[in-house]
Amino acid sequence: MKNAFIGSAIERREDLRFVRGRGQYVDDLSPDGLLYAVILRSSVAHGRIVSLDASGALKVPGVHAVITGKDMPGGPPIIPMRLQPLPEFKPFEQPVIADKKVRYVGEPMAVVLATSAAIGEDALEAIEVEIEPLPPVADWRTAQRDEALLFDQQGTNRSLTFNAVRGDADAAFRKAPYVRRERFRVQRHFGLTMEPRGVMAEWNAATGRLTVYGAAKVPFFNRRILAKQIGLPENTIEMVENDVGGGFGARGEFYPEDFLIPFSARHVGRPVKWIEDRRENLMAMNHAREAEVEVEIACERDGTILALRGHAQVDVGAYMRTNGAVGARNVAQFMAGPYRIPNVKLDVSLWMTNKTPVGTYRGPGRFETDFFRERLFDIVAQELGLDRVEFRRRNLLASSEMPYPIATITPYEHKDEYDSGDYQVTLNRCLEEIRWSEKSKLQGKLLDGRYHGLAVGCFIEGGAAGPKETARLAINEDGSISVFIGSSAVGQGVETVFAQIAADALEVPIDRIRGVFHGSTAYVSDGYGAYHSRSVVMGGSALLDAAKNFQDALRAAAAKRLGCNAAAIEIGEDSVKGPGGKALPFAEFAGLSAEGAFLNKKHTYSYGAQAAHVAVDPKIGHVEIVDYVVVQDAGRIINPMTLRGQVIGSLVQGLGGAFLEHLVYDEHGQLLTGSLADYLLPTASDFPNLRCVTMDMYPSPINPLGAKGAGEGGLIAAGGVVANAVANALQSFGVNPRELPLTPARIWEMVQSARK
Amino acid sequence: MSIKFEVNGKPVSVDVEARTTLADCLRHHLRLTGTHVGCEHGVCGACTVLVDGDAVRSCLMLAAQAEGSKVVTIEGLSNDESLTPLQASFRKHHALQCGFCTPGMITTAHALLSEEPDCDADRVREVLSGNICRCTGYISIVDAVLDARAAYKKRDGGP
Repeated sequence: MKNAFIGSAIERREDLRFVRGRGQYVDDLSPDGLLYAVILRSSVAHGRIVSLDASGALKVPGVHAVITGKDMPGGPPIIPMRLQPLPEFKPFEQPVIADKKVRYVGEPMAVVLATSAAIGEDALEAIEVEIEPLPPVADWRTAQRDEALLFDQQGTNRSLTFNAVRGDADAAFRKAPYVRRERFRVQRHFGLTMEPRGVMAEWNAATGRLTVYGAAKVPFFNRRILAKQIGLPENTIEMVENDVGGGFGARGEFYPEDFLIPFSARHVGRPVKWIEDRRENLMAMNHAREAEVEVEIACERDGTILALRGHAQVDVGAYMRTNGAVGARNVAQFMAGPYRIPNVKLDVSLWMTNKTPVGTYRGPGRFETDFFRERLFDIVAQELGLDRVEFRRRNLLASSEMPYPIATITPYEHKDEYDSGDYQVTLNRCLEEIRWSEKSKLQGKLLDGRYHGLAVGCFIEGGAAGPKETARLAINEDGSISVFIGSSAVGQGVETVFAQIAADALEVPIDRIRGVFHGSTAYVSDGYGAYHSRSVVMGGSALLDAAKNFQDALRAAAAKRLGCNAAAIEIGEDSVKGPGGKALPFAEFAGLSAEGAFLNKKHTYSYGAQAAHVAVDPKIGHVEIVDYVVVQDAGRIINPMTLRGQVIGSLVQGLGGAFLEHLVYDEHGQLLTGSLADYLLPTASDFPNLRCVTMDMYPSPINPLGAKGAGEGGLIAAGGVVANAVANALQSFGVNPRELPLTPARIWEMVQSARK
Repeated sequence: MSIKFEVNGKPVSVDVEARTTLADCLRHHLRLTGTHVGCEHGVCGACTVLVDGDAVRSCLMLAAQAEGSKVVTIEGLSNDESLTPLQASFRKHHALQCGFCTPGMITTAHALLSEEPDCDADRVREVLSGNICRCTGYISIVDAVLDARAAYKKRDGGP
């Protein structure tokens, strides 16, 4: 049979358990003898721990132990960086627990183990802590003065400056007929997951084995860190991935608790579980995005861009966490987006502050740069008297320029290039979808008390981070086939899409692919997980390789049984056939298994355009999204339904970042948005008018599936597009948003100050 | 303290501390882990269950307050063999990704459609705006609920 499961909107297998409440998330596990961990966190942003006396807590009935840094032989281990692990960052990495100094509100200082979480929380109150406050560094401007230092021995609060270079920007600026400089800022917000983080660990003293539940995203990498920190061979630790309630870049990185809970379980010889509450989540999970840029553009009078240069400052919080440099790095590399900007020179400095450390959040660095760049373009087009669509058309990369080399990052990074695409096509389609020419007359118009505005912007989305992924196929007792894969699930539907890919590759009915097992360390020899929109490309390509090896192994085994040449074996839907028609069902080969891998260091780049029509009420600052369209070419599409889910879901997260989400700190480094009543997320009534068009014009040339990573694009352009639409609506006031989020108060203020 | 109530059609008797929330009681004492806890302060709606037919945030209600009432959780909406029309509609419309908010979405929507099988899109959005989903962007959820209305009309007020 010739299958076409790839490309079909197959309903998800995962849903059968989720819609009935039968998913199994880490907090759903409660083994006998379980102790609950509750963490004492610093309430001071910057200070020296003078004393910590837990004796009161130990007297609370039901409390079994209180663990601090003193219990760790050789002191608290340090969490190494996973991405961009540069030597410059080493001194700024985070210890698993604070024992001398605290550097942010929420930093762990002690772990209470009790028979219930409630008792543990009671006991927190009985721990006496004395912290000598130090001057807080609450923003990058304070950090830059180097008056108070987070790390005394470093002599600076700047951990590194990335440089992105292409061509000779300074030379281009010297000759340019037109230049413009602007300053923009994106606020701190983050990849809040609906399921807070959680870890459960069981230590088996008899076998010397440690099992850690609640693993997510990158379990193999995290096992490597944990093994080293806890002093166990890697193969004695099993990381189990349960159902995961959202990832978005933030969930599944190695956090302090990923050491503290396994260590506690081993320390007391009982299973220990820790489930983050929402307040903790807001102050302990990786923050993201806080960046400010001073950027300058050089153009011809006709709008041809000659160069881009500038300086960006990223507030990375108190420590360099596992992926804490990615956002800043991407700000450096992707400022040019999908446009032909021959000369680029940007530096991006990473500033340590007394706030929660940052990591990635979906579209890291890209949401920020798209806001900076697309805003700058509209300001420039207006000043040059050019149509802003034509300005973009003139500068968009053409398909004939692919692959297109982009700015090189120093230190450390290898060269990168855009793989394929025709960026004009998605822009044109997007303009058609939003009915741009028809709606153009609405721009700046006041209708029923609201000003209407339009905007369009273009984006690229990187995906498919290497270096490798592995997959395995095996025949079960009943003749069905199971998939084992190193990719992990964070809610994106990997069980369904990998079943589609496996069924097509093996040419069997999709129901014959019985189980898709992912994430946990027991399934494949090595796995690389889910980040940088890599699962479909990397895992799917590994699965194609596994399928080929599987068919070879099956043919060889069948040939042996039937006494013929492997080449003479035909593989059917549920059996193999030899010469003369003798057939053996798959079940005869139960246990047969073959692994495959895919190695790749190049990235895929899906791309597209987004357009918005907004209506702004100047009296209350409210913005309604009247219509919003995302057009994205994702190369070969495995499941159009889940792809649309990714596009619209990420778009709404982007609109959250554009209008609502803001982690606010005061000047003392206190987090002021510690609940979901303060940290506002989009709800069902906020953005009902969103659409997407997904295209499969340009398959990626760098993987056998032709697929491109596409889980982040919807979000990437959202901030820039809506800010431009608001500026367009309020053009009669000369309003030019330079900062997100566009809260009603901010819009109202911009209108008021324009009126003066 | 000992409390008695009905969960998914079966009488239960549990011994809980006075401060135990209904959410914790369902999850930890009765092992009904389909009810999820997302914020513990009544904003996210993940823990929504039906108490005497009303959608209630089980993190904001003490277990003791459930004494004598009829509680239905996500596990109680469908039997082993099949999905309810609402559950099937969620699957058909891709109205879930990670599945964590889903039980609360479905119990909330079930309570709405049982009372108002003719509700329009605005009403669905209004009611669901008390439940946070971080994955889908909500549009598919609203579509799924609207598409399931027919089943509630036929049943004359719900199953």
